Amino acid sequence: MLSLNKNYLAGLFRAMLLIAAMGLATPTAIAKGVYQTEEDFLNEVFKNEIPETQTLILKGDLRKSVEKILTHPYSGFRIKYWENSTQSAWILEEIGKEKNITFGIAVSNQKVSYANVLTFRETRGWEIRYPAFTEQYIGASLSEERLTKDIDGVSGATLSVWAMTSVVKMALLLDGYIKNEKK
Amino acid sequence: MVNIKKLIAVSLLTIFNSAQAAPTNEEIMEMMHELKKELAELRKENQKLKGEVDEVSIATDEAIKSKILLTNKSTFGGYGEMHGNWLDDQKGSADKDEVDFHRFVLFFNHEFSDRLRLVSELELEHSIAGDGQNGEIEVEQAYIEYDLTKNTSVLGGLFLLPLGLLNETHEPNTFYGVERNNVESYIIPSTWWEGGTMLSTNLTEGVNLKLAAHTALEASDSTYSPKTARQKGSQAPAEQFAYTAALKYTAIPGLTIGAGLNYQTDFQNSGSYSSDEAILYEIHTDFSRGPIGLRALYAEWDIEGIGPKLVGADKQYGWFIEPSYKVFNDQLGIFARYSMWDNSAGNNDNADTEYTQTNIGFNWWIDPQVVVKLDYQSQSVGTAIVKELNGLNLGLGYSF
Repeated sequence: MLSLNKNYLAGLFRAMLLIAAMGLATPTAIAKGVYQTEEDFLNEVFKNEIPETQTLILKGDLRKSVEKILTHPYSGFRIKYWENSTQSAWILEEIGKEKNITFGIAVSNQKVSYANVLTFRETRGWEIRYPAFTEQYIGASLSEERLTKDIDGVSGATLSVWAMTSVVKMALLLDGYIKNEKK
Repeated sequence: MVNIKKLIAVSLLTIFNSAQAAPTNEEIMEMMHELKKELAELRKENQKLKGEVDEVSIATDEAIKSKILLTNKSTFGGYGEMHGNWLDDQKGSADKDEVDFHRFVLFFNHEFSDRLRLVSELELEHSIAGDGQNGEIEVEQAYIEYDLTKNTSVLGGLFLLPLGLLNETHEPNTFYGVERNNVESYIIPSTWWEGGTMLSTNLTEGVNLKLAAHTALEASDSTYSPKTARQKGSQAPAEQFAYTAALKYTAIPGLTIGAGLNYQTDFQNSGSYSSDEAILYEIHTDFSRGPIGLRALYAEWDIEGIGPKLVGADKQYGWFIEPSYKVFNDQLGIFARYSMWDNSAGNNDNADTEYTQTNIGFNWWIDPQVVVKLDYQSQSVGTAIVKELNGLNLGLGYSF
């Protein structure tokens, strides 16, 4: 037998419209987007002692290696990073389905030490920004262009998961590059 | 030796300069100060130029990114799938041996602002549409979505109902098997879209709730099949509305658990007396851990009214379970699916109308977004069903 009746469901609908109307009327309503600022991410990584911003120019073989990991051309040519004696931190962007997702990735001793989603504006795949998902990347390193850890995906968020995996690999590659340059 | 050289050099310099007045120590000091000052200015200028180069490089990088953002305000994508079926009818002569470009789909989206967007999907089914042709051109989605807050959005227009595993996400590279599972074709009538409004909100981390009010199904014949009852937003009757609620849990990576409810005020929606209100409820899961995957779904309709009861369509249900395993760096996935469905499960006489179907096969992703599929299907149908199809399915699909 039917356990729900017309009035109950119509009531649900009215409640839904009411919530929608309240949201529209709220002047402080904020759009999807920034979940952690660049500064907050860097403060988290470097415990409030942010090193000076450095820039890596993407060119030649380095650009080719990055584009191989991303499996598509990279549109920018400057990559900002921060480095102290133990960690390097990278702010990187990659397209999920249609929009750029901004990630903050930190690397320590060739392993991922932080992997955060800073901005996310896609309409689907938002589940990847939760720590339960991002924590899977902690401790991963790069071996023959693959991560050394298996990442369990999120149903319906495949493209966002791919984007984050690519960016984590990119940060590990760039960290390896700057360390190698200093030898 | 060095002292002699120095003496000669000083003497020559003195002779050379003897025609002019020799600079005093003060003058030499002054010249040195000037040189030092010029050097400092040059350094300053160099520093300034370096700063300008940095600024130009930052501005250029930002301009490139802005240009991309501007270009990305309107985006398009799509997917397509071609199927080959070579199926033998075990009960009669209705064999199916055909190749069909089943779906060719284009997405067109536009971002009006950070908070307001258009999402649309245009589909051509079976390659050719028109009078007397097999295919159809369909607008499966065309809605305007507005973000109320970071976690809540509302949309209006034509949209896919958030029910089951496939209705919202059905790009061919995202599921196993050439053909979509039949439980989500005949019980949840995917692809199922309606016109109306939907609110989507993230209640807490990994818990999403969707509530929708929309146009309704209208059963058009005495089978009361949900699939043929879809109006597809095409001059859909709107005397009565229908409602959908869906809850999705994704807080654990690799695990999705979802449940959905659809309420039809009047399954016939025409003021007819033969059927009344109806409820569809479904529960599903999608689990993956490393190479292992598992999908399962249960869906059931309870339809009130004398009409459906007479033909046993008052209860219609089905379920499937689909284990899978990936090998070769996730490029090849092997799966098996056992499914059953019955669109006349309410009959209490001897008419057996149940279908069971087993599929075994593989997906080969030649790129993460391009897939070749092959599977073998084996059906076992009730005595009241006239067609039982066994055989091979071959598919090629893509999405971008």
